[in-house]
Amino acid sequence: MAAISREEVAHLARLARIEMSSDELDHLASEMDQILHAVDRIQEAASADVPPTSHPLPLKNVVRPDVVLPSLTFEEALSGAPDSDEQRFKVPQILGDAG
Amino acid sequence: MSFIFKTAAEMSVALQAKEISAVDLANEHFDRIAKVDDDVHAFLYLDKEGALEQAKSVDAKRAAGEKLSPLAGVPLALKDVMVQRGIPTTCGSKILENWRPPYDATVVTRLKEAGIVILGKTNMDEFAMGSSTENSAYGPTHNPWDLSRIPGGSGGGSSASLAAFEAPLAIGTDTGGSIRQPAAVTGTVGVKPTYGAVSRYGLVAFSSSLDQAGPCARTVLDTAMLHEVIAGHDPKDSSSIHAPVPAVVSAAKKLDVKGMKIGVVKELSGDGFQKGVSERFNEALEELVKAGAEIVEVSCPNFEYALAAYYLIAPSEASSNLARFDSMRYGLRVGDDGKRGAEEVMSLTRQAGFGKEVKRRIILGTYALSSGYYDAYYGSAQKVRTLIMRDYEAAFTKADVLVSPTAPTTAFKIGEKANDPVAMYLNDIATIPVNMAGIGGMSLPCGLASEDNLPVGFQIMAPAMQDDLMYQVGGTLEAALNSKWGAPLMSLAPALGGK
Repeated sequence: MAAISREEVAHLARLARIEMSSDELDHLASEMDQILHAVDRIQEAASADVPPTSHPLPLKNVVRPDVVLPSLTFEEALSGAPDSDEQRFKVPQILGDAG
Repeated sequence: MSFIFKTAAEMSVALQAKEISAVDLANEHFDRIAKVDDDVHAFLYLDKEGALEQAKSVDAKRAAGEKLSPLAGVPLALKDVMVQRGIPTTCGSKILENWRPPYDATVVTRLKEAGIVILGKTNMDEFAMGSSTENSAYGPTHNPWDLSRIPGGSGGGSSASLAAFEAPLAIGTDTGGSIRQPAAVTGTVGVKPTYGAVSRYGLVAFSSSLDQAGPCARTVLDTAMLHEVIAGHDPKDSSSIHAPVPAVVSAAKKLDVKGMKIGVVKELSGDGFQKGVSERFNEALEELVKAGAEIVEVSCPNFEYALAAYYLIAPSEASSNLARFDSMRYGLRVGDDGKRGAEEVMSLTRQAGFGKEVKRRIILGTYALSSGYYDAYYGSAQKVRTLIMRDYEAAFTKADVLVSPTAPTTAFKIGEKANDPVAMYLNDIATIPVNMAGIGGMSLPCGLASEDNLPVGFQIMAPAMQDDLMYQVGGTLEAALNSKWGAPLMSLAPALGGK
């Protein structure tokens, strides 16, 4: 199953929203190949009847009382924002063509 | 003799007897840090002002006769993955450089309430991804036993700060061994509690179903004292266990393993384990036998798949968790020239802000979760997780606790494995199964390997919710080894000259 192409890595980088240089893609494609080769045998380990485990604790629908508690002020919530305006996060254009 | 070489328990007694003030104790540690941290580089940030303020408040309360927690006034080093209000929290990443969180992690709140003096934030592999602390964007940490070697990872700053006597207590986090493996290679003690025992609120997430914060120190008792401060249910963490914290301090003081069954995991030995590591491990087993324990061999056949399953599950969860670093609400933003759109700015920011290993794991996780590969990779890994849990269940019917070497080798040289990710991942072969099953694991020192005179770690694994058993066995073994050696292993650590 292993063997991953440079194009596939470029596609994954786009999905993950990470810009990558040509060098980075070359390097990562060869490393991914090694890593996938190392983890490939996972497929032979478990038969179809083994149930998957997503979490070590048998917890379901943990809720707490719906009570309003003190929370961050606008100033605190925006304190790390790269940019803000009128008590809101200010972000680059998200719709339509940029620029 | 300076107080910095004492244990946290001894510092606690001295503080209560007013032989030293919390302010003086904090200052002694800051002096030590000033002397040795240029060489060790355990700390990313020192909060001298906040620490001295906390110490002063503890001294004032003590003078007024207020009842204080046993560790009130004792200094601590905090791994930089835990948010602390107003204090830079980077996770070893450029993407969070200069970010000051607006709130405290629950662990931090509990430390503050107990009067513990937080000296500063310690270095780590970026977002806790690594076994050497070489993946920090702020440069590597050096092992105090040999400055040319790694202090383990991801919590190498925390383990090195303990081994360099820069702090008697530290907080670590353990997703695949990031508390235990650094403890092993620095001759210190580290515990990964049962999953859910310590709140994850304010712990920057790497792999949410595996991440667990825990206590680190130079002795089993000190580790237990810190464990009791930070553990316990937290309504802010939905995966937090709703049960009383086991009495780990009294367990650490029991010094008795008569009649206990100790299971040696067959699969965590032999090939790949350094000769000196196996020798020290086997000698430690003899000490446990002398103390009245019975040794049995157990087999966990599915452990051979644990590493592969881990390197699919952890990156998968990471690829999702790290999506929050999107340059919109906090952290770095690159390329926002008023012309580029949000997605382009996001992609440029993540290119500039994430290091190599983090990118590697995000891409691997994105692949393992993508349609067409999900069943083969992530799905299979989740099934292996079930098989590992079954292996543990079966093994714990034959033994009260399980043991193995913590890491297959002693500390390696900085740079030695930096370009071989697969070789680097093998460091975690003995620690990963614990995280997969959500049970508790401890590492404590069991001597120096004959080949290189570097510390070897002994791992104890206990069933979920029975963290006290590791402290009982660990405390007994530590006492037996100290009496055999005539002094704790840390007394052999080289003196750091510093500048």
